[in-house]
Amino acid sequence: MVDAPMLELRDAARYFDVSRPWLQRVIAGEGKRLLRAVDGLNLSVPKGTTLSLVGESGCGKSTVARLAVGLYRPSAGQVVFDGRDLAEARAASDQRRRMQMIFQDPYASLNPRWRVRDIVAEPIRAFGLLPNRAAEEARVAELLTQVGLSPLDGHKFPHEFSGGQRQRISIARALSSNPEFLVCDEPTSALDVSVQAQILNLMKELQSRMGLTYLFISHNLAVVRQVSDRIGVMYLGRIAELAPAESLFRRPRHPYTRALMEAIPDLDMTGRVRIPVGGEVPSPITPPTGCAFHPRCPLVQPRCKAERPELRSAGDAMVACHAVEEGRDAA
Amino acid sequence: MTGQNPLLEVRHLRVEFPTRRGTLVAIDDVSFTISAGEVLGVVGESGAGKSMTGAAIIGLLEPPGRIAAGEILLDGRRIDNLRYEDMRRIRGKEIGAIFQDPLTTLNPLYTVGRQLAETMTTHLPITPAEARKRAIGWLDLVGIPAAAQRIDSYPHEFSGGMRQRVVIALALCAEPRLIVADEPTTALDVSIQAQIIALLKSLAREKGTAMMLVTHDMGVIAEAADRVAVMYAGRIAEIGPVRNVVKQASHPYTVGLMGSIPPLDRRVERLAQIDGAMPRLSAIPKGCAYNPRCPKAFARCSQDRPDLLPAGPTQAACWLYDGEGTHHG
Repeated sequence: MVDAPMLELRDAARYFDVSRPWLQRVIAGEGKRLLRAVDGLNLSVPKGTTLSLVGESGCGKSTVARLAVGLYRPSAGQVVFDGRDLAEARAASDQRRRMQMIFQDPYASLNPRWRVRDIVAEPIRAFGLLPNRAAEEARVAELLTQVGLSPLDGHKFPHEFSGGQRQRISIARALSSNPEFLVCDEPTSALDVSVQAQILNLMKELQSRMGLTYLFISHNLAVVRQVSDRIGVMYLGRIAELAPAESLFRRPRHPYTRALMEAIPDLDMTGRVRIPVGGEVPSPITPPTGCAFHPRCPLVQPRCKAERPELRSAGDAMVACHAVEEGRDAA
Repeated sequence: MTGQNPLLEVRHLRVEFPTRRGTLVAIDDVSFTISAGEVLGVVGESGAGKSMTGAAIIGLLEPPGRIAAGEILLDGRRIDNLRYEDMRRIRGKEIGAIFQDPLTTLNPLYTVGRQLAETMTTHLPITPAEARKRAIGWLDLVGIPAAAQRIDSYPHEFSGGMRQRVVIALALCAEPRLIVADEPTTALDVSIQAQIIALLKSLAREKGTAMMLVTHDMGVIAEAADRVAVMYAGRIAEIGPVRNVVKQASHPYTVGLMGSIPPLDRRVERLAQIDGAMPRLSAIPKGCAYNPRCPKAFARCSQDRPDLLPAGPTQAACWLYDGEGTHHG
């Protein structure tokens, strides 16, 4: 038995009640409606590694991020942080400081009325990590330097910075409580490519220097390839495929993974004709029966409409697909 | 494209924003042309002026922004100095616009059929009945299933990808000769994005429509554009055939920009990055705006501002290519 994983989801699910108000429901004679944002997810993130979740809007990847840091409680199943139930771990501040989150929008996630030094120092103060102001100032300066800003930037307000610099501030804030586990929800989606490269390089550098564990959420497969050890492809609240990064790209198994890769514009301009996946992601309120991907799947068979596929081993990957299981996916 | 008159011609365009602290120059001496049936991609980072160039062409610059110099010609006729009413008639009929967010483009209170029919009866000499018939045809053409039934639906009844298709139908239905598409696929998921790009491309080819495709996504450009203009700090840094710009860029900024795109086909330990950030409009450096970040900068770059110079198959605003003709090859 090696180290316990940093984070583990055991059949974790999160439902949202999206029913109409009671009276309207009674008049229309309809029942409650549940949106199954995350529906029975199993995954684990070993220490010091990066697990990425990719998928299109509405697939539940951000809900997983929020489950992972305890912003949502699971409706069913369990979220385990370093061997302890997350809810229990979060009750203790010495556990809580070990996890931090970086959000997508660096314009919305920094308080515009606070100076950068106060933003970065807030976790230090909240957890009472340093004995006095002088130590705190030195630590903030160190953190700002670490993320490629100047200690003098501490006196400024967030609006004086560009998007990329703001994301650096968010990272400095996240690092200030000496966390071991960072949940990054689309940390570079709001940034330009040249700035995205800077932030991705910084995150990789910090990981190798501090041994951080990342749960990385993104819709961009190319970005995910650069940062991940393992990748989970999500579709409608479930994992379609979970595989080591390199084998996912070398040999995508699930038809949805293949469709996603197929859909990415070709920068090499080989003149390859792309076959876009037809249709759109169905509503998670009324997901299709059986395999949720079946209405768009080129390999669909009657079994796919009736029976939901479980995640099963296929080589070094885990795939939830009847076609792969039956060996019908040869391509 | 020699000998052929371009459909759209932008000459020395300059857009200024007067502010309390002085005048900001958002677009500075931008010139390019687009021919019928051609797709010109315009790329650059936020704030480079790419959307604003599009807005200037369709006559929808946000005040206090204004065209301070230069000309915009559509089929040889100046359109930058028209009165609002005259421009309104050209917009929709001659120039169609597609914006990033389909929800703000569509009127939530009208059915999509009514919006399409109204656009057509305004700009084309057809009866309402004919317009409705054509509206169904357009919805069908942009790939909306069961168009005859969906025509009486409201925008909120469509999903994001379907709405963007409606917006495209709306931009195309008066059969404009030029389409300005500003980030048409940015709000969409990749699988939908691929469908929309394929659609735009085939429609432009079939109908001979010229298109200005503004996006920050190089992948979209590589897929859809014939030529590309790369913008930096309000100027065109490089312009040329898409293949040359993407694969063998001349301008150091284009090289940096292309290098920073994470590759899909392999993992790199460290992505190439351009250090620093694009300057603010209020603090554009002297000489070439890119010189403080440029790995190849030399003395002249911080003194004089380069114009577009021939650089192999493309044109680059970079002093490295001064006298290119002599040492080329």
